[in-house]
Amino acid sequence: MAGPTVKVLVDPLVNNNPITLQILGICSALAVTTTLKASALMCLALTAVLILASGAISMIRNHIPSNIRIIVQMTIIASLVIVTDQFLKTFAAETSKQLSVFVGLIITNCIVLGRAEAFAMKNPVGLSVLDGLGNAMGYSLILIVIATLRELLGSGTLFGYQVLPLITAGGWFTPIGIMLLPPSAFFIIGLLIWALRTWKTEQVEKPQYQIHQVHRTELI
Amino acid sequence: MSRLRRLLDRAQPLFTKGGPYERFNALFELIDTFLYTPADVTGHAPHVRDGINVKRVMACVVIAALPCVLMALWNTGYQANNVIGLMAMESAPGWRGAVIDGLGIGYDPQSIWASAWHGLLYFLPIYLITLLVGGLWEVIFAAVRNHEINEDFLVTSMLFTLTLPPAVPLWQVALGISFGVVIAKEVFGGTGKNFLNPALAGRAFIFFAFPAQMSGDSVWTVVDGFSGATPLALAAVGGLEAVMNAGITWSQSFFGQLQGSLGETSTLAVLLGAVFLLYTRVASWRIMAGVLIGTIITSLLFNLINSPTNPMFALPWHWHLVLGGFAFGMVFMATDPVTAAMTDTGRWIYGLLIGFLTIAIRVVNPAYPEGIMLAILFANIFAPLIDYFVGRTNIGRRMRRNA
Repeated sequence: MAGPTVKVLVDPLVNNNPITLQILGICSALAVTTTLKASALMCLALTAVLILASGAISMIRNHIPSNIRIIVQMTIIASLVIVTDQFLKTFAAETSKQLSVFVGLIITNCIVLGRAEAFAMKNPVGLSVLDGLGNAMGYSLILIVIATLRELLGSGTLFGYQVLPLITAGGWFTPIGIMLLPPSAFFIIGLLIWALRTWKTEQVEKPQYQIHQVHRTELI
Repeated sequence: MSRLRRLLDRAQPLFTKGGPYERFNALFELIDTFLYTPADVTGHAPHVRDGINVKRVMACVVIAALPCVLMALWNTGYQANNVIGLMAMESAPGWRGAVIDGLGIGYDPQSIWASAWHGLLYFLPIYLITLLVGGLWEVIFAAVRNHEINEDFLVTSMLFTLTLPPAVPLWQVALGISFGVVIAKEVFGGTGKNFLNPALAGRAFIFFAFPAQMSGDSVWTVVDGFSGATPLALAAVGGLEAVMNAGITWSQSFFGQLQGSLGETSTLAVLLGAVFLLYTRVASWRIMAGVLIGTIITSLLFNLINSPTNPMFALPWHWHLVLGGFAFGMVFMATDPVTAAMTDTGRWIYGLLIGFLTIAIRVVNPAYPEGIMLAILFANIFAPLIDYFVGRTNIGRRMRRNA
């Protein structure tokens, strides 16, 4: 086990997270994170697609004509998504209804195509699969964090079990309704990115412009 | 006074760079500049000779809001005492009842004194929590970022308090003002760089987060177990007829003896504030005129269209002006100099947009009886775009003229 293998696997968790640093896959992160169960299923579906797509594309990377590579990649990803979707409909019918179109929309999830284009096209199969797994875990990590916060604060439950007793059922917790609406996921992702970049300052982007500020205590 | 000045001067080195309390410089400056005129002057041209600065502007807004505050005190207590009389209760529940009984004020709704006291016991906790929690955030951000604490927070806290229903739980007030100050203002760099009105953003947050405590029929009067709808909620269901049937007259709505948020029931009190703001030129008359005209035109338009199923279509414009938070939003919220459009033409467009949207939301969307809050937030987002196009058009016109 050399350095790059571990790096490929671990880097996307925090240092190069697809959601918080590359700001990819936001659409599904907003839509499916109202309950932990749905998010967990979504993470599994994306993990499966991402690993298989990276592996398959890496396997035939030397045979794909460069002009039509995006089409080839999309075909592979789309077939995998359809298989995953059918699989979920068979074995997790209830939850997959909650996910509605978002499993199908994995086709357009930028993380999958992004990893195929940026990594799998240039690297051997083993490494590509690990890269897919690493990015899927990075995506899942953020999704699970958001979903935990939203489900806990929005309805006082975790995986459907009542953790905080609701005020309507004689408890003390008043559910925060906005947590069940998509905007809350925006705020949570924003705050997560803020926290993460305070911790890992190298992730902070360079300001595009700087207004010169003169502070009162500063001599001009 | 000079003793206080000397004390501050002696303390100053402790707070400047290198001093032991450098972190709290913002706090020191807040107190110092609140009490005295800052000693330092602008070192470079251009010099603008004007006595007005952000502090004075904000102080003007607070003064203009005073009639609304007085109305809030009286009306909240009046509504509560009225219900207590109707329900033949002995005293108000909780600590407020204890205070009123202890002072021997009583619950006579006809007595302005008794009503104002009862209202004060609701207004004051909300206001204090707002000041305390919001102020804490301001100080934290000012200390970390090494900028001054801006007085506009005094306005934000005052306006935020006045838009809340009297029965709102205090922890929700704290959450709302935290959201308003941190997410709507400080993350964008503080006063002057926020594109949303912090008071309204905070209110919108708790409006969507806690619909049960922020809307509905039971939050407007502070007596448990009594439910009274706001006139706008009545109108949304049954049109003007329902409002009339509830015994609410136009003049009553104008003076503000209604169910509603703390400070926005009285159009008269808002108008007094508006006169002051316009006289001191703190608020833009173009924005207010734009909102007014937009509202009148849109409601006339809806009157013309008329719908057999939705009675709100038929509500005449002079009722729209006095119901709900319209007047308060128009005078105090829409005219916020930071979040409104900056150009004169832009202000007209911005105002008209708010007027149009307010009535559109009130009339067409059954989920929200009141629309001014969402309309202003929406227009806030569009204000920079409006200014941009006004600027581009102007540049284009001048290019053509000088070509």
